[in-house]
Amino acid sequence: MKPRERVALSRPVADEVRKTTCYMCACRCGINVHIKDGKIRYIEGNRDHPVNKGVLCAKGSAGIMQHYAPARLRAPLKRVGPRGSGEFQEISWEEALSIATGWLGEVRNTDPKKLAFFTGRDQSQSLTGYWAQQYGTPNYAAHGGFCSVNMAAAGIMTIGGAFWEFGAPDWDRTKLFVMFGVAEDHDSNPIKMGIAKLKQRGARFVSVNPVRTGYSAVADNWIGIRPGTDGLMILSVVHELLKARKIDVDYLVRYSNATWLVIDAPGTADHGLFARDGEGKTLIHETVTEQVVPFGTRGARAALSGRVRLEDGRFAVPSFQLLAEKYLDERYAPENVAAETGISAETIRGLASEIARVAFDEAISIDQPWTDTNGERHQAYIGRPVSFHAMRGLSAHSNGFQTTRALHILQVLIGAVDCPGGFRFEPPYPKPVGAHPTPHGRAEHFGSNKPMSGPHLGFPRGPEDMLIDADGQPTRIDKAFSWDAPFAVHGAMHMVIANAHAGDPYPVDVLFLYMANMAWNSSMNTAGVIKMLEDKDEKTGEYRIPKIIYSDAYASEMVAYADLVLPDTTYLERYDCISLLDRPISEPDAVQDAIRWPVLQPDRDVRAFQSVLIDLGARLRLPGFADNHGKPLYKDYADYIVRHERRPGIGPLAGFRGSNGDRAGRGAANRDQLKRYIDNGSFFSTHIPMEAQFFKHANQAYQDFAVRMGFFDTPQPVIFQLYQESLQKFRLSAQGLREPHAPQTHRQRILEAFDPLPDWYRPLGEALIDRTEYPYHAITQRPAAMYHSWGSMNAWLRQIHTKNPLYVPGPLCDELSLDDGDWVWVISHHGRIKVEVARMEAVNSSTLWTWNAIGKRKGAWGLDKGAPEAKKGFLLNHLIHELLPPREDGMRWSNSDPITGQAAWYDLRVRIEKADPASNSEPQFPAVARPGPEPHPDELRYGQEWTS
Amino acid sequence: MHPAPSIIVFTTLSGLGYGLAAVLGLGLLDPAALAAKAAYILALVLISGGLLASTLHLGNPQRAWRALSQWRSSWLSREGVMAIVTFVPLVWSAWASVIESRYLALPGLAGSLLSLGTVFCTAMIYTSLKSVQAWHTPLTPASYLLFSAAGGLVVASAFGFAGAGNTSLLAWLAIAALAAAWAVKAAWRRNMQALVPISTPETATGLGAIGKVRLFERPHMTENYLTREMGFKIARKHAGKLWTIAVVLGGVVPALTLLVLSVAGQASGFLAAGLAIAAMLSHVVGVLAERWLFFAEARHAVMNYYGE
Amino acid sequence: MTSLPSVSPPKKLGLVIDLDVCVGCHACVVNCKEWNTGGYGSALSDQAPYGADVSGAWLNRVHTFEVVPEGGEVVGEAGDARIVHFPKSCLHCDDAPCVTVCPTGASYKRAEDGIVLVDENMCIGCGLCAWACPYGAREMDLAAGVMKKCTLCVDRIYNETLEEVDRQPACVRTCPVNARHFGDFSDPHSAVSIMVAERGGIDLMPEQGTRPVNKYLPPRPRTALSATPPLPREDTTGATGFFAWLDDMLDRI
Ligand SMILES: Nc1nc2c(c(=O)[nH]1)N[C@H]1C(S)=C(S)[C@@H](COP(=O)(O)OP(=O)(O)OC[C@H]3O[C@@H](n4cnc5c(=O)[nH]c(N)nc54)[C@H](O)[C@@H]3O)O[C@H]1N2
Ligand SMILES: Nc1nc2c(c(=O)[nH]1)N[C@H]1C(S)=C(S)[C@@H](COP(=O)(O)OP(=O)(O)OC[C@H]3O[C@@H](n4cnc5c(=O)[nH]c(N)nc54)[C@H](O)[C@@H]3O)O[C@H]1N2
Ligand code: SF4
Ligand code: SF4
Ligand code: SF4
Ligand code: SF4
Ligand code: SF4
Ligand SMILES: [Mo]
Repeated sequence: MKPRERVALSRPVADEVRKTTCYMCACRCGINVHIKDGKIRYIEGNRDHPVNKGVLCAKGSAGIMQHYAPARLRAPLKRVGPRGSGEFQEISWEEALSIATGWLGEVRNTDPKKLAFFTGRDQSQSLTGYWAQQYGTPNYAAHGGFCSVNMAAAGIMTIGGAFWEFGAPDWDRTKLFVMFGVAEDHDSNPIKMGIAKLKQRGARFVSVNPVRTGYSAVADNWIGIRPGTDGLMILSVVHELLKARKIDVDYLVRYSNATWLVIDAPGTADHGLFARDGEGKTLIHETVTEQVVPFGTRGARAALSGRVRLEDGRFAVPSFQLLAEKYLDERYAPENVAAETGISAETIRGLASEIARVAFDEAISIDQPWTDTNGERHQAYIGRPVSFHAMRGLSAHSNGFQTTRALHILQVLIGAVDCPGGFRFEPPYPKPVGAHPTPHGRAEHFGSNKPMSGPHLGFPRGPEDMLIDADGQPTRIDKAFSWDAPFAVHGAMHMVIANAHAGDPYPVDVLFLYMANMAWNSSMNTAGVIKMLEDKDEKTGEYRIPKIIYSDAYASEMVAYADLVLPDTTYLERYDCISLLDRPISEPDAVQDAIRWPVLQPDRDVRAFQSVLIDLGARLRLPGFADNHGKPLYKDYADYIVRHERRPGIGPLAGFRGSNGDRAGRGAANRDQLKRYIDNGSFFSTHIPMEAQFFKHANQAYQDFAVRMGFFDTPQPVIFQLYQESLQKFRLSAQGLREPHAPQTHRQRILEAFDPLPDWYRPLGEALIDRTEYPYHAITQRPAAMYHSWGSMNAWLRQIHTKNPLYVPGPLCDELSLDDGDWVWVISHHGRIKVEVARMEAVNSSTLWTWNAIGKRKGAWGLDKGAPEAKKGFLLNHLIHELLPPREDGMRWSNSDPITGQAAWYDLRVRIEKADPASNSEPQFPAVARPGPEPHPDELRYGQEWTS
Repeated sequence: MHPAPSIIVFTTLSGLGYGLAAVLGLGLLDPAALAAKAAYILALVLISGGLLASTLHLGNPQRAWRALSQWRSSWLSREGVMAIVTFVPLVWSAWASVIESRYLALPGLAGSLLSLGTVFCTAMIYTSLKSVQAWHTPLTPASYLLFSAAGGLVVASAFGFAGAGNTSLLAWLAIAALAAAWAVKAAWRRNMQALVPISTPETATGLGAIGKVRLFERPHMTENYLTREMGFKIARKHAGKLWTIAVVLGGVVPALTLLVLSVAGQASGFLAAGLAIAAMLSHVVGVLAERWLFFAEARHAVMNYYGE
Repeated sequence: MTSLPSVSPPKKLGLVIDLDVCVGCHACVVNCKEWNTGGYGSALSDQAPYGADVSGAWLNRVHTFEVVPEGGEVVGEAGDARIVHFPKSCLHCDDAPCVTVCPTGASYKRAEDGIVLVDENMCIGCGLCAWACPYGAREMDLAAGVMKKCTLCVDRIYNETLEEVDRQPACVRTCPVNARHFGDFSDPHSAVSIMVAERGGIDLMPEQGTRPVNKYLPPRPRTALSATPPLPREDTTGATGFFAWLDDMLDRI
């Protein structure tokens, strides 16, 4: 037999290819789903898709097993056993929806704030937020508060855009890329593709990370920093650059508030605020005429230093002078930060000189004339090819806001924001704070049976915009935008259950959650949260949190704690909308959004949550969801995506608008829009003209383009805010110099943290703890092949991460004579866990770490009770408390960034002790029952029927 | 390597069977004696049992016949072919003895040669694997052949004492073969223990130029086919104990027993036969232990990727 | 035929794996599994898929190693150990011992392109080829009782129902960092041959004498940050010098 004949070389792959968008994580890559005999034969990356250009990660490739997982929920569930038992009764949708309508209608009528509606991995926040606003509860947010609000807030408040999802390094041109604290990020595939490009071009890639795995493993330089100290290192680099005068003065003067005059009038209510003219315009000191004139005055040459006298007799200095004086201080010298950061002075110097060398000696230029928003014409785009990216390594610390601000300041100082080779904004960003709403949720913003007067989330301009009552008490259940966290611009989801349980600031009646595993991996103090969910009011015998409605697609830990479960479809069975109103998939040079559509029909009694929410909206007769006669406005989510308009001509999708489908951004609704998307691979992309591609914050062509697209109705250029006036307002409040006065309890905290020019302070969790008693940091990392808790029901992915060890630095292993597979107690101020260890050398010597969310609760996720995920896997969350240990005054602050309320997951300090050998990690919890058991095979032979 | 019971049983039983057949082929036993007839049958039973056992670990035993095709390159195939070819003279000889009470030199000697040839092929299956360095030595076929011969002689002696005659020669030959087998095996084991691995995590990954290489994370957390098949590990102290047991049961006990029996006289009574059979059983248990160690102690190159 | 092709194949198809960029994401691992589980030969089965002892057949696995220099190159800024992610599938060896040991002829190396395959209809599942392979590139499928191995996606690379660009192995197409390259090593001008020549591509375990076709590109040497020439140390004492310089700069704008 000739070998050639032994294999079928040209078998067709499948009957049909359906192109949609992956949702095995939030990266949202384009996928080609090959369908054979009505089942999935193969999923591959869509080559034409702008996000992933054909590649696909491990999770995306495991979509088959995600879709057919036996852990899928099958029908609506009503709880019949006690909470946490997992005992349910399957009910009809009609019954489920009427229960929900009953509960929600009652609350809306009596006291709408008693509904807390919080969503987790929600990619339809523009719908869920709109729904909550129409419902009229002030208590809505998505998961950003425990995720990366530090990134978002620091980015938007400083440069008008953030690393987090709304920006990217210029992968094609950057020559030096410095990445802080990233393991995986939301831009999962694009970052990998980007790193490949850097490597290909021989650009230098530096990773700052206590742990050297994944991206850090392939970095040219690895800076194994001590957790929580990046701010200090970044400011030390700033110190070096200032000292060597390696800053882009022209860029600073044009695009930042460096020249703005800051009032120097200590002890007054305006001290440290910008000097303004009668129209509220900020002022600069013009050096030729020696006049104080408004910023933006044509031809003015603004001073960057020097004290001037204002018209009213007060003195002022350009903010840059404050900045330079601050960071030139020797306490930021590399020698003086080396001990705290664990990074040698030579390395910090080396990093600073490399940044300066590449930014200034290897500057690049793109010959493309463009006009700035001052009307000045430039012949080329000048690029400083140094780019930065950062994520939760900075964000998940209680000094993360200021650390991230420090990094943005560094970028601005070298002129590397939205230039060729630098960090670039992705539309609809940049957007100045002024173009964002202020938050709504005070008593005057809502009331019985009426919608809220504005959106929940936004950016306060100062203490006057906080959501507090006359006594200074928070008006939101999560205390966002209160003195606890004035800039909690994404809410504080991790505080909801604890606050609702404590009735502080008030109890709730219904807790409505969507796609968030709050009884497990997305809570701090998981065991405590479980107790809160199970806890009953002694007097009434009712649960402290009386009613819980939850939508999930799988039998997660949280499902067991719901009273009513609304089972969702999988990502291949529903419409989704990845919208410019929300978290789109734009790239720096293109405006993009995408959809998902049902490439398979559900074989169970499940419904897409968004359609269910729209149905509930109509049943509740919410404005925007039902007309005056109570008739539903939308048939389902698909109908809403096409016909809903947020502002005239602006809907969830920007592509194929107008009656002919030829309008982008603004345009009438198009009945064929979804079909057009599907035909186009489920995405829409329109390129930004070259003349508008860089310096978007100050590029007239881009601003006009953005108005045309409908991002805003008038141009909204951004001036980079090196000096952050709104923070200074809080300091004035804390000094009792400005209304509203901060409560005594909060004053010290605000004075320490709200510096208008970022300063480094030791993370709160670390500062409050005996550092010798708890000498090590304990952090988690995202594994590339697993998405939080939702990969364990996937038969393929779970083989890669079936359990998680605690990685312990080699020297510490030697000290405690620990070998791989030994067991230790890990002890924090809050509790202790028993886990298996493994040795590692390539890690910061004071850092222990593990993979995130691999540990599972027994019985959950459709796994056998002896599954290693439950037996040996573990969560670090048990050691992290949502509150910090008490201070001298007995006060317990939330374990969050004091400015944004960002959950400080990575502030955790621990000690470890060798433990006796064991077969189980601790703590263990009673097993939950499986809701609606699916046949659970002992062997899988997926695809056997198609084999040749 | 994973000490699969089917393979241990196979190599032990077929080794013994072929050894016995080889001895019988020399015509040293009285072909008319009932004991000799029984020995012929036992040889065939051991061989067939061993071969059957070997099919137990096949994923698709119904296709086992295909294994005969690749004798040009594959020692496993050669073994299969040899096993079948060997059956011809063995069955012929057995027929001659059992039915006709005759010894035929032609099939007898051919059977002896082919039997040893088959054992050699079996040994070469392992010897030819460079990936298992401990096996990849001429000492492997030498020890397989010697164990087969020793086993055959021990069994033959037992049948001699049970009435087929020629006890003293057989017993002395058996003692000599036992000594030789265990001496070679001891050398084999010393060789294994002294091996400098030709493949290391450094050569396996090509990263030796950077430094010392250590597995950090397995590709998949749980065991897989490779780790189960090649990743078997036995603690040194257990291996030592088992080795002693193997030597004592497989070598010392049968040798001493046979020595006593042959020195004590040419008696072929019940007692002598019983003792000789006990020696034989002891030997079998010893060899099973030896075979278990043969697999369990051998390290496969692939374990360089699994940190073991 | 179990014997290796007597003349060297006219094409030598295989992979180059770049250890300098592999981030260990397992994309190639899972994509390989999903492509192959409904394709060539029997499905890649998984045992106890939702149970305690879950395991399955995979044709490509990614190991992670830690390398600690012994007085050699010091690479990290905060230490000198490094992590290397290490994907491994069949290397399609020229002197493939897995082929010659196969008693049935099920294992063979294709004469036209050197791809090593298993004809599952002939395989008896004896496992000997897996023993013979020093790399652990063969895994028995426990459900079908036949040997599975990387096929170099022979049912993709020649598949005329696929678009030309997609006629490459699933793992190569999916790898997000482009750490895997497919090509013909017998052609010295092919991209893979050039890459191997330029980057010093290496064989795994050359001492096993298997002459693998697949090559690995070792991590590139690194330069420490502290090797960058220091910034000019200008005198900015008391910040006055700094501001004088600033004024000077402003005049130039
Ligand atoms: N120790 C530690 N804890 C952490 C973190 C950390 O780094 N360390 N990170 C934190 C961060 S940033 C985040 S974002 C959170 C994430 O934590 P969570 O928000 O809890 O996210 P997941 O675990 O991914 O999934 C939430 C739920 O979504 C469900 N789900 C999956 N697909 C669907 C679907 O199609 N429809 C519906 N309705 N539900 C679905 C899953 O079954 C699961 O129950 O964890 C936080 N917790
Ligand atoms: N595959 C996969 N992708 C995901 C997710 C997932 O679960 N799996 N989750 C998604 C979600 S919700 C999020 S929020 C993003 C988060 O994406 P990442 O920000 O990449 O998330 P983490 O895994 O928390 O990574 C934080 C990194 O910071 C490091 N680190 C910790 N403390 C410090 C520090 O003080 N300084 C520095 N420099 N580094 C530090 C850790 O070692 C780790 O490598 O990922 C998203 N993408
Ligand atoms: S990164 Fe992976 S899981 Fe996430 S959307 Fe893309 S392919 Fe899917
Ligand atoms: S890698 Fe292993 S299976 Fe592949 S050809 Fe080489 S020896 Fe055979
Ligand atoms: S397992 Fe199959 S392919 Fe491997 S040697 Fe045996 S018969 Fe040949
Ligand atoms: S070439 Fe194909 S079969 Fe081989 S590892 Fe890659 S995807 Fe798997
Ligand atoms: S897909 Fe690429 S980067 Fe990921 S593990 Fe495989 S080879 Fe490495
Ligand atoms: Mo997150």
